[in-house]
Amino acid sequence: MNRDSPLARFARDFSESRLALAGLGLLAGVLLLALFAPWIAPQNPYDLAKLDLLDARLPPGSKAGPGLTLSMYALGTDGQGRDMLSAILYGLRVSLTVGVTSGVIALTIGALAGVLAAYLGGRFEQLLMRVVDIQLGFPAILVALILIAVLGRGTDKVIVALVTVQWAYYARTARSAALVERGKEYIEAARGLGLSPARIVLKHLLPNALPPLIVVATVQVAHAIALEATLSFLGLGLPTTEPSLGLLIANGYEYLLSGKYWISVYPGVALLATILSINLVGDQLRDVLNPRLAK
Amino acid sequence: MLSFENVSKRFVRRLDAIERLARRLGAGVSEHTVHAVDRVSFEVAKGEVVGLVGESGCGKSTVGRLACGLHEPTDGRVRFEGSKRAIQMIFQDPFASLNPRMRVQEIVGEAPRVHGLVDAKGADDYVAGLLRQVGLDPAMRSRYPHQFSGGQRARIGIARALAVQPAFLVCDEAVAALDVSIQAQVLNLFMDLRERLGLTYLFISHDLGVVRHLSDRVVVMYLGRVVESAPAAELYATPNHPYTQALLAEVPRLDRRGRDYAPIRGEIPSPLAPPPGCHFHPRCPHATARCREAAPELKQIANGRLSACHLNG
Amino acid sequence: MSAVLAVEGLVTEFSTREGILRAVDEVSFSLAKGEILGLVGESGSGKTVTGFSILGLVDPPGLVASGSVRLGGEELVGAPEEQLRRVRGKRIAMIFQDPMMTLNPVLSIETQMVETVLAHERVGKAAARERAIEALGRVGIASPAERLSQYPHQFSGGMRQRVAIAIALLHRPEVIVADEPTTALDVTVQGQILFEMQRLARESGTALVWITHDLAVVAGLADRVCVMYAGRIVEAGAVGQVLDAPMHPYTRGLLDSVPAAAAPGARLHSIRGSTPSLARLPAGCAFRERCEKADDACASQPPANDREGRRVRCHHPLC
Repeated sequence: MNRDSPLARFARDFSESRLALAGLGLLAGVLLLALFAPWIAPQNPYDLAKLDLLDARLPPGSKAGPGLTLSMYALGTDGQGRDMLSAILYGLRVSLTVGVTSGVIALTIGALAGVLAAYLGGRFEQLLMRVVDIQLGFPAILVALILIAVLGRGTDKVIVALVTVQWAYYARTARSAALVERGKEYIEAARGLGLSPARIVLKHLLPNALPPLIVVATVQVAHAIALEATLSFLGLGLPTTEPSLGLLIANGYEYLLSGKYWISVYPGVALLATILSINLVGDQLRDVLNPRLAK
Repeated sequence: MLSFENVSKRFVRRLDAIERLARRLGAGVSEHTVHAVDRVSFEVAKGEVVGLVGESGCGKSTVGRLACGLHEPTDGRVRFEGSKRAIQMIFQDPFASLNPRMRVQEIVGEAPRVHGLVDAKGADDYVAGLLRQVGLDPAMRSRYPHQFSGGQRARIGIARALAVQPAFLVCDEAVAALDVSIQAQVLNLFMDLRERLGLTYLFISHDLGVVRHLSDRVVVMYLGRVVESAPAAELYATPNHPYTQALLAEVPRLDRRGRDYAPIRGEIPSPLAPPPGCHFHPRCPHATARCREAAPELKQIANGRLSACHLNG
Repeated sequence: MSAVLAVEGLVTEFSTREGILRAVDEVSFSLAKGEILGLVGESGSGKTVTGFSILGLVDPPGLVASGSVRLGGEELVGAPEEQLRRVRGKRIAMIFQDPMMTLNPVLSIETQMVETVLAHERVGKAAARERAIEALGRVGIASPAERLSQYPHQFSGGMRQRVAIAIALLHRPEVIVADEPTTALDVTVQGQILFEMQRLARESGTALVWITHDLAVVAGLADRVCVMYAGRIVEAGAVGQVLDAPMHPYTRGLLDSVPAAAAPGARLHSIRGSTPSLARLPAGCAFRERCEKADDACASQPPANDREGRRVRCHHPLC
């Protein structure tokens, strides 16, 4: 029986693209690295006591000091003597946490708002959609910058800014999907059977409006990570004590021209791999979920 | 058991803020009103099967939804002897009428559980019993809709309606999407259920042959209005209203070979702009000046027969 | 009488996850000038795929695997796309169930019809326009010159289908394949279109393949009928003979299932079971599991039985 559940069918359809499977594999790898960073990183990059300034700006492959579990700095060190590999692993963790957390919160808020708008219609829907339109009219980076300026710095403030920027996409997509589903006869049947509006929205409308939202979510999480990286690069993002990939790139920027590329480039590669894998998975999700929607 | 008293339903597409502004500035934007149902009155007695026929734009689907309470009438009253749940609808599209993400067990069992007709423990057996009643194997109740054929999905829809123990079923083109051989099976099921459960039906369809087979009485609609109503056999034998006559003449029949078609002229007008007076006059071979000016009343022309045509007097 | 369209042993296969499925399994029939052939079947019978196969419109994962389709002597199966394009629209045309499969919603009718004319003939635009107006008139559209400049959304469903038919008629093709063109239309509109098609076949000698599930339409319109089941033609013959004295149990079952066949209120006869999926066809006769007359002999493919211009594929024909 489980073989033919919507989930099993979806898994089969998804696996048809090798590129997407590769993307999924890469994404899984990135996630695992981030998850287990504290255990696999050769060094704790936040422990200032362990850092040796004399080891600063060493190229990849240099012999490591005593503070490392490995015998060499695999990817070199940065301006403070931090092992790049460890910094990148922790940075991935931070970037992903912030990106996924803000994505999930924005998804929840946006999906509920959009589905409610579709179900209730009328003034509520008009009002909500105008708010969404206005919100989407502003460039994301501008809104984020203004919010950070107003709220101040800090991880939670950055998440608030990212949620504010993203929820509107989810709301708009959720509303369209819910509108399509609302016209279908099974919703009319649910009404005729006397089910409460709350039950109809949560049990019938929302689950069927979910597929396009998942596609939006993958793209949006990638955007959120990129946006956070931009903010950090500009010095307005997360606190410097817990650097994300963006901050790492920013820190290494000044060394690029003097040939010490590894301080910027490797974090950049990690960021690229993350966003690329998310996009590959998202592309296949879109293809798989859409033709089924058309049915 | 069900009665429509001068019921009208209009769908108005209101102008939004921008369009109102445009109109103020002189643009020719106006509200669109669809007169889906126009002063319709009829009754369905307990235990009866009333067939409702008509073509696109006649309003029969809207009438069905008004009967079930899915729409509210703009004018007039819809009276039903029984709770809102006692009247259930069977839908046309076997694909869209079932929630694709719910198992059959849930689809059929959700409403009775929510309304306390059965508790969580008894739900399983209750659903199994219902599925058997509609001719499905109860072992399939943990499957999803897409794993069933069109005819099986139609039966699931019927089981879902029966789960809340209705007294009245409104079938809105319930067999239109099915193949002939499956259609016959589902029609037989409707007739069985009528006998076994004492159900009353409002059977909405564009298929005159199916309606004739199932119905005690038939109501014919055109562009939102009832044009004729009569016992089934009489309607098909001696149709009174020119539209009913044309409709019956046009229906292809197995015994008419190599026909020379002589169709009625013109198209069905849009419900947005129905013709004045009698809606059918532009296409009617017997139209007079009076037909253009005044809409005919639905009058009794014989025992149990009503017709809305000036030619009757 | 030489056939204007001769289909012989047509086989169309689809590659799916469940294997190679034969949607059209050795279908053969022929069509004379001015003849109307009804191709009848329920969903999954392969009738639509047959229509598409004749015009070479089957896309991957489908493929016309073998057989022959001769249009006035010209072989279409396996012909290069260039040749098919010359023939489509000019000598053989198709009408679909949804007129929007023919019509482009963003182009005016005039643009689309003139384009179709110019695709096959070198005439001036004005001449093409005249042809378009004449074709619209032939399908019963009032004030054709004015309606020419309109867009599809300005026409009702029935009118759109007439426009699609008019486009099919522009080059006065020898054969028109019509795939359920009136199924989605109202009864009165259907009557009008059937009237036009009948007049067309009589006046201009266009041969018609009318694909439908509705036996009653075939009864009124067609000269001959082929009944399809699971990709095979199970019975073929003149309309009167097949409908009055069907030889195949499936045809008999279909005729008996129609509401008009039973007294009002009585139980309808129904064929038990449902159409098997093409991936799980029984060995031998595809209809065995639903047939009252089936026995062990039916485990082998039934032979084609030709008798007095009628053909049936059954081990136990009814007469």
